[in-house]
Amino acid sequence: MTSIGTGYDLSASTYSPDGRIFQVEYATKAVENSGTAIGLKVKDGVVLAVEKLIHSKLSVPEANRRIQTIDRHIGLATAGLLADGRHIANRARDEASSYRDTYDAPSPLKNLAERLGLYTQAYTLYSSVRPFGISTILGAFDKEGPSLYVIEPSGVYFGYNGAAVGKGRQLAKTELEKLKLSELTTKEAVYEAARIIYLVHEDAKEKEFELEISWIGQETDNVHLPVPRELQQDAEAKAKAALETFE
Amino acid sequence: MDHIDFNRLKTGEVNLGTSIMAVQFQNGVVIGADSRTTTGSYIANRVTDKLTHVHDRIYCCRSGSAADTQAVADAVHYQLQMYTQMSGGPPPVHTAAALFQRICYENKDGLSAGIIVAGWDKEAGPSVYNIPLGGGLFRQPWAIGGSGSTYVYGYCDATYKEGWGRDETVDFVKNTLALAMSRDGSSGGVIRMCVITEEGVERLFVPGNELPKFWEGAEVLGHAKKINQAEGLAPMVVEA
Repeated sequence: MTSIGTGYDLSASTYSPDGRIFQVEYATKAVENSGTAIGLKVKDGVVLAVEKLIHSKLSVPEANRRIQTIDRHIGLATAGLLADGRHIANRARDEASSYRDTYDAPSPLKNLAERLGLYTQAYTLYSSVRPFGISTILGAFDKEGPSLYVIEPSGVYFGYNGAAVGKGRQLAKTELEKLKLSELTTKEAVYEAARIIYLVHEDAKEKEFELEISWIGQETDNVHLPVPRELQQDAEAKAKAALETFE
Repeated sequence: MDHIDFNRLKTGEVNLGTSIMAVQFQNGVVIGADSRTTTGSYIANRVTDKLTHVHDRIYCCRSGSAADTQAVADAVHYQLQMYTQMSGGPPPVHTAAALFQRICYENKDGLSAGIIVAGWDKEAGPSVYNIPLGGGLFRQPWAIGGSGSTYVYGYCDATYKEGWGRDETVDFVKNTLALAMSRDGSSGGVIRMCVITEEGVERLFVPGNELPKFWEGAEVLGHAKKINQAEGLAPMVVEA
């Protein structure tokens, strides 16, 4: 054993004496350093929004998207390691397509969340792998209506009406709690989502960021799509204006 | 041989040379079948139940090899139980039909199975799916299958109307099957039917001596002569 530390954090397959798995806790730290991602489940759909921090002024606008499409009706937003997000999105696509193959029907989000939760959890069991450094927000419009799930690096997943992960999650959650989510339309939710992302970015003002925002619901015929450019621009303008008057 | 021989049963294999049928109506579906199971010319079972439960409100009508279709129905029954446990609710009929279709298509070279899947679900209401020999999947308002069906396509086309209620649909199924059974040597016995609605599954039974009767050739052949038993014919004397 090396000269520092207890040795209980070297592998995901080792418990500490008080029953914790440090590698999983470190993975959640990777999420906390990431730009915020939020999800809103409203009356007639779901809205996903991400604060994508720009690491280089030379990067191409709209590259390295953190919101991805899993199936026609399913969107996925991640906070944490970008590459882990892509990996989990590819796995999600495989799961969704396999469900379609066997049942000849679109996957309910509940089913996809369970499968991805199981997959994520498997990466907390072995010494040869590291847990995923991401929290995943899943949004969909399935036969049950709109639905929203979050999967943590440990593999646990819960359903939510409003979800926030990443650096600004605390502030984002308090803002989400103020909303009457079940009475909002997806269009109204787009404005609220943009406002919240701009608000939580205030703490890291010096870094540049790009707002990524997508929706699924009646407006899009239950297909996961980026919100139209004009709507996003309008929502961003209103979000900036709201910052002036906040508190 | 460059074509697929669909009807190659092994010698002695039990065959459901059959008449089966399913029809949807306003609130549900009526499914029906004859009851004859044969090995060659021998009737292995004259009271077979070809209407097979695969879920609470989903049944299938089986035709082809008895062994093959039983095995397929068992596999689908199992998968639907798994689906119910995982999704927390009953499966749609479409899903059950897709499961049947997958097995029938992927094993088309090894199976002899023509299956009709029918039932009720809360998304689509009543529905009927036909899965013929190659493993296709077709939603139809009514479907007939088995060797006996070939004799009654015209009758069904000429008779079926949309918007029927339960009783009219039951009569349609009963009459069609009786006609098929009377022409097809591989069909016969009794008629079994099920009415599947949101409320439940009702089983109906028509004994072989109460089948609906249609034209049986009287005008051409004349009525059978009454034989006076008192005169000419006497029971054979059997020596002790």
